[in-house]
Amino acid sequence: MTNLDTLAPGSRARLVSLGGERAFRCRLMELGLLPGTILRVVRRVDVGGVLELEVRGCRLTVRRGEARLLLVEPN
Amino acid sequence: MAKPTRVKRVALAGNPNTGKTTLFNRLTGSDAKVGNYPGVTVEHQEGRLELPLSGGVLLVDVPGTYSLSARSAEEQIAIQAIAGLSPIERPDAVLVVVDATQLTRNLYLVLQVIETGLPVVVAINMIDMLAVRGLSIDTPTLARLLGVPVVAISSQSGRGLDELRAALDFLLRDPSRGTPGPRWLPESPELEHDVNAVAAAIPAAWHCDEAQRRRALALWALLSLDEHDELRGASPELRGVVAARRKLAAAEGREIEAEIIQGRYSWIDRHAAQFLVERPPTRPSTTDRVDRVLLHPALGFSAFLLAMALVFQALFSGADPAIGLIESLFGWVQGWVRELLPAGLLNEFVCNALIEGVGSVVVFLPQIALLFLFIGVMEDSGYMARVAMLMDRLMKAVGLHGRAFVPMLSGYACAVPAILATRTMERRRDRMLTMMVIPLMTCSARLPVYTLIIAALFPASQILGFLPVQGLLMVGMYLFSTVTALVCAAVLGRTLFKGPKVPLLLELPPYRMPHWPSVLRMVWQRSRLFLTQAGGVILGITCGMWALLSFPRDPAVLARFEAERAALVAEVDPARRESRAAEIEVAEAGELLRTSLGAASAAAWSPPSSPWASIGRSASACSAPSPPARCSSAPWAWSTASARTPRRNRRRCGRNCGPSATGTAGRSTRPWWGSP
Ligand SMILES: Nc1nc2c(ncn2[C@@H]2O[C@H](COP(=O)(O)OP(=O)(O)OP(=O)(O)O)[C@@H](O)[C@H]2O)c(=O)[nH]1
Ligand SMILES: [Mg+2]
Repeated sequence: MTNLDTLAPGSRARLVSLGGERAFRCRLMELGLLPGTILRVVRRVDVGGVLELEVRGCRLTVRRGEARLLLVEPN
Repeated sequence: MAKPTRVKRVALAGNPNTGKTTLFNRLTGSDAKVGNYPGVTVEHQEGRLELPLSGGVLLVDVPGTYSLSARSAEEQIAIQAIAGLSPIERPDAVLVVVDATQLTRNLYLVLQVIETGLPVVVAINMIDMLAVRGLSIDTPTLARLLGVPVVAISSQSGRGLDELRAALDFLLRDPSRGTPGPRWLPESPELEHDVNAVAAAIPAAWHCDEAQRRRALALWALLSLDEHDELRGASPELRGVVAARRKLAAAEGREIEAEIIQGRYSWIDRHAAQFLVERPPTRPSTTDRVDRVLLHPALGFSAFLLAMALVFQALFSGADPAIGLIESLFGWVQGWVRELLPAGLLNEFVCNALIEGVGSVVVFLPQIALLFLFIGVMEDSGYMARVAMLMDRLMKAVGLHGRAFVPMLSGYACAVPAILATRTMERRRDRMLTMMVIPLMTCSARLPVYTLIIAALFPASQILGFLPVQGLLMVGMYLFSTVTALVCAAVLGRTLFKGPKVPLLLELPPYRMPHWPSVLRMVWQRSRLFLTQAGGVILGITCGMWALLSFPRDPAVLARFEAERAALVAEVDPARRESRAAEIEVAEAGELLRTSLGAASAAAWSPPSSPWASIGRSASACSAPSPPARCSSAPWAWSTASARTPRRNRRRCGRNCGPSATGTAGRSTRPWWGSP
């Protein structure tokens, strides 16, 4: 198990748990990022300090610091 | 006055960027703004839709939301228009627009709306994209599972719109077709208890006569209310119950929110196989291939800078011909009217206040229209979301959100629409902070003033033989204003507008070819907004300044300056003559203001303290041939300028080099950074 921000671009993982503030967790979950969801790190954009994720066929951007709050199981 | 039967309202709901506004325009023929940038519709707008059975129906375009839970006041507006808490009228039906390529996530909102008990019809939009993405959707099965009418449409091509109209028409006739009851119920008894407890505390003002609606609002409250939300109308009692249930659940090791959201998503995932067939893409999509370049660590940022450089180059040089055209047009009209009307006060008012005022507003249009054209293309193509992504680190460093970059960028053209654009941000604090610093950005109205000052103080020359000094100075001014704005944001964000950091959760839409009709419509709407909102103020000030300069009329002063002007004819050196004429102007305007404002305030307005006078002096001192004559288009620079401008000087600053002054400065004002 590892933090989402450590994953290499292109890797897939299963979301295990979400940390952080309540509102932040709710937002992510309502976007479909629930524990058990498979996600893919599409790329890291270091200029902006963000990660691009693919979840349920759509692309989302999260900040690296916020990605650190998500625990994932790489597969 | 007895109203006949109330006009039926239909709310247009859906996730951001699913094509609601495009559909709204299609159905109503109205012209709402469309953009491929999630969160473009910020206020809701209404239009009329004619249906064969139900007659005229009011269609309400609502900002996109991912769910019905709300935190900010804006989200609450969207939710109220959809679910109709109490102050806003409850819609008679909700048309939920879903993106065919992101069906499972979009269905989350559909389930929520169905739970509220309002009649629902679902429009699956962008079916033209299905084949591209290797998807297929079984619409009848989905309709059966959801229990509401489902129509596949493409709001861009117009496919399926007749079926959609018919479905909506039947639904309004017979609402039971679209009210199947909740698709999902709490599985655990604990959650059931929580929901019932909160349902009992829903305020009476929300008009929950039916149990189903009450439960839906209880679920809404459990997801939305906490100590940080900005929602209005939730009673302290309700907040208390929600907080208590949450605490209780936490003690049992449960999380209510997760259970509710999970409940809905597991309904979707359980049934997805029945209506959705996905073939994994065999090759990377176009969007992926474009993003490989535009979001590349090195290439991406260079491309971004290049795009911005292009925008500015176009703003400064591309707008020039149009500006010249507008100026000569207004000059011509002015001359014509001056001849036409009998000399006197009316003539002066029409020429020097009205036409001058309108002219100084319209002269900004080319730049504003161009900037919005660029913003429109960036939004509609999908690049704007990438810009927010690329700029997030910088924006975060000063306490702002990546999304604040777009409004701040618009601030370069005009602060008015830029401030309007801040509404796309979720949190009040971010909006306020961005609004506070936008006016510090160099808006296009300041551009002529900079041009003027730079042209007056720094003769055109080159550093290292090729870098134009004036161009560099201009870039410097822009950098300075940008840095000032960012620093102010950082300071304000840490002091006055202290608040928790908001997460950046940005959806990246696929790239699309800009839809030109919508882009042009947006340019027109924003320009119109500028003309009416800012233009009114500018025109008012011009008229006010004219009045101040004209009353009380002192013939002695007028005559004295007229005589000085007449004496000028003797001056042989054309450059000197121009500069002297300008000095007379300034002196005259100052004198006239003094007479009208009285001695006390005159000190502040007197020519020696006016920047224009000093520029005039320093300009002649360094023997630059063209001292700035007037700045009729910079609203705040009107201390001594404007209303009494003689014909030959009535030009926009920056183009103020009279025909006689075609020396270095004459050439320098135009192609500064193009060809030195
Ligand atoms: N391919 C395709 N694109 C579409 C269709 N309908 C809309 N679009 C595009 O989708 C993008 C978003 O459209 P909008 O109408 O602004 O979406 P919206 O739902 O109003 O977005 P918000 O107001 O931000 O919530 C635009 O670039 C449209 O041109 C369609 O049927 N097919
Ligand atoms: Mg919209």
